[in-house]
Amino acid sequence: MSESSVAPKSKPLVMPNSASASPLLTVSNLAKHFPIRTGVFRRVTGQVKAVDGVSFTVNAGETLALVGESGCGKTTTGRALLRLIEPTGGSVEFDGVNVLSLKGEALRRLRRRMQIVFQDPYGSLNPRMTIGAAIREGLIVHKLAEGAAANTRVRSLLEEVGLRPEYATRYPHEFSGGQRQRVGIARALAVEPRFIVCDEPVSALDVSVQAQVVNLLQDLQRDRGLAYLFIAHDLAVVAHMADRVAVMYLGRIVEMAPRASLFAMPLMPYTQALLSAVPVPDPRIKRQRLLLAGEPPSPANPPSGCVFHPRCPHPAKDAACSVIVPPLEEKEPGHFVACIKQTPTRVDWDVQRAAGGSIPPERYLPRAQ
Amino acid sequence: MNSTTANSMTSEPLLSVNSLRVYFNTPEGIARAVDGVSFTVAAGETVGLVGESGCGKSVTALSLLRLVPPPGRIESGSSIRFNGKDLALLPTEELRQLRGNRLAMIFQEPMTALNPVLTVGDQVAEVVRVHTKASRSEAWARAVKMLAQVGIPDPSERAKQYPHELSGGMRQRVMIAMALILEPQLVIADEPTTALDVTIQAQILELLRDMRDRTGLALLLITHDLGVVAEMASRVIVMYAGEVVEEAPVHALFENPSHPYTEGLLAAIPRLGEEAARLKTIRGTVPPPTAWPSGCRFHDRCPYAFDRCANEAPMLLQVASGHRARCHLIEEPERRVRGVEATASVLS
Repeated sequence: MSESSVAPKSKPLVMPNSASASPLLTVSNLAKHFPIRTGVFRRVTGQVKAVDGVSFTVNAGETLALVGESGCGKTTTGRALLRLIEPTGGSVEFDGVNVLSLKGEALRRLRRRMQIVFQDPYGSLNPRMTIGAAIREGLIVHKLAEGAAANTRVRSLLEEVGLRPEYATRYPHEFSGGQRQRVGIARALAVEPRFIVCDEPVSALDVSVQAQVVNLLQDLQRDRGLAYLFIAHDLAVVAHMADRVAVMYLGRIVEMAPRASLFAMPLMPYTQALLSAVPVPDPRIKRQRLLLAGEPPSPANPPSGCVFHPRCPHPAKDAACSVIVPPLEEKEPGHFVACIKQTPTRVDWDVQRAAGGSIPPERYLPRAQ
Repeated sequence: MNSTTANSMTSEPLLSVNSLRVYFNTPEGIARAVDGVSFTVAAGETVGLVGESGCGKSVTALSLLRLVPPPGRIESGSSIRFNGKDLALLPTEELRQLRGNRLAMIFQEPMTALNPVLTVGDQVAEVVRVHTKASRSEAWARAVKMLAQVGIPDPSERAKQYPHELSGGMRQRVMIAMALILEPQLVIADEPTTALDVTIQAQILELLRDMRDRTGLALLLITHDLGVVAEMASRVIVMYAGEVVEEAPVHALFENPSHPYTEGLLAAIPRLGEEAARLKTIRGTVPPPTAWPSGCRFHDRCPYAFDRCANEAPMLLQVASGHRARCHLIEEPERRVRGVEATASVLS
């Protein structure tokens, strides 16, 4: 099975808070709370904390994957930082610009540099517009090209994403799912962004087509130096694509680490269970599975302390977990974990005991057994 | 050619599908969604039916219960023998007796399969009432007991709730309770965990395994997820373009995929813990069911295709005991050499 081999990406791994160069994107304490309105007067009676204090950075040319299960807030995070929905708190800095303070023309200029590719390109393409017109729209709006020059750009973009240039005159319904995803990517690329939020870009695609689109995204990253925030629930795709991975649960990042470190030694008990739940396409492997009890609670009424504590299998879990909100701490080089029971921790045993703790922290690595 | 499949030596298998054809009239012509599919499922066996969208796996599943939506029709000459009866010819009333009783189905999206205006307890109990002489209260009691068995916490309270009040995972548990309450011999599960999160999927697969081991039911598991198949099935059937292209015991399929399509599928999945610079792809896309290619239906996407492939439709040929593949390479193994074209980039 020989295929023209491409050297593995050798990009410098830059950790959050690294001092070297400033990151392309810095997200700090991002929050999106949706009001819950009840009764005749639609009074606000509560908040759904879809995203609740999320911080991370993305470097130029890097892929940060944001993973987690439905309702964890990963999609809301991606949209809030692009201001497709307005965040309710926090800050987003892109290339030195405070994204949340921008208005009108300045915001539109920024959108040139930050793009998004959606899961369902069919839902995001106007069915009555040819795909050529859809791709050209960005060029015109941002005054990048017009007339014949714009048409030439459209044709070369189609080629770049692996579609025939003459497809420009066709309509979205004439394309398969994989081809539509290529159109979505071409449209995002038209305005020459430096950063793309990829929101489940291959989740709706069949395996063989998924591989084509994953390879395309990697080629484009290499050729154009793009940075990706890759939002996905398929951990095998993430393990293939990402430089770093952030795991979300109930609106918070609970673990963030370089890819190799995260998959080799997940430290947050939720991540451990998540990884062990992935079915392995190899019948010889019979794994001991860490089954989680129950289901994620509602983000309208998240548990106190550590949001994962009601389902947590950590042997040192105790009353302190339901009181202390765990900080995201560096437990291994570049490997950040929100768990006061996973050693080492800055949340001293005295503090834990004062909060009702009865079992001292210990390193829990169920997969390593 | 020896076409004996596993477990068919001694007695008739529980389910035996022969030359199943399901066609749809469409404005573009006749869509031959399922086009001559044959396979068996033995009592107590778990068979995985895999393939990508449009391969005909879900239509196959629906046709086993004669639930194909119009304008789809099961063509004459198709035979679906279950327990010695041909479901394709059975009078509707007799078929209804079997459905939900000896033969049950679990759908992908329980929200659309469950009745939104009935409580889940009523829906599970209704299965009992339709097929047995149980009284209303007996049926309700059995339903609550079954909901407990499928891992629904606080089942007597949950039974009084409506489908929209439950999470996706809980709704799928209700579907499984409905399917299993009368201890069917065969359960057809069409992508039962596809809509669920991975930790919930793990719970549901565990539940299905547990129920299978406890009751000895046979399971026909339709899925696109090769990981799920590797974990659950003892035998696998791969479909492409309305046909079975390979069937094999699960270990043989993963270790020695013989059809180039199966080989391509297995190579295209990214795997945890394996560092690959690039994923392998299958060039092109699945053809539409109104215009299957001539000869081998995979030939225009196949890296090994040679002149014979475009002209002559291959038969299912024996690779090893219980392992068959629909490919000329079985007869001409020296042709398993990639063409120049195969390494070229994918232009659709």
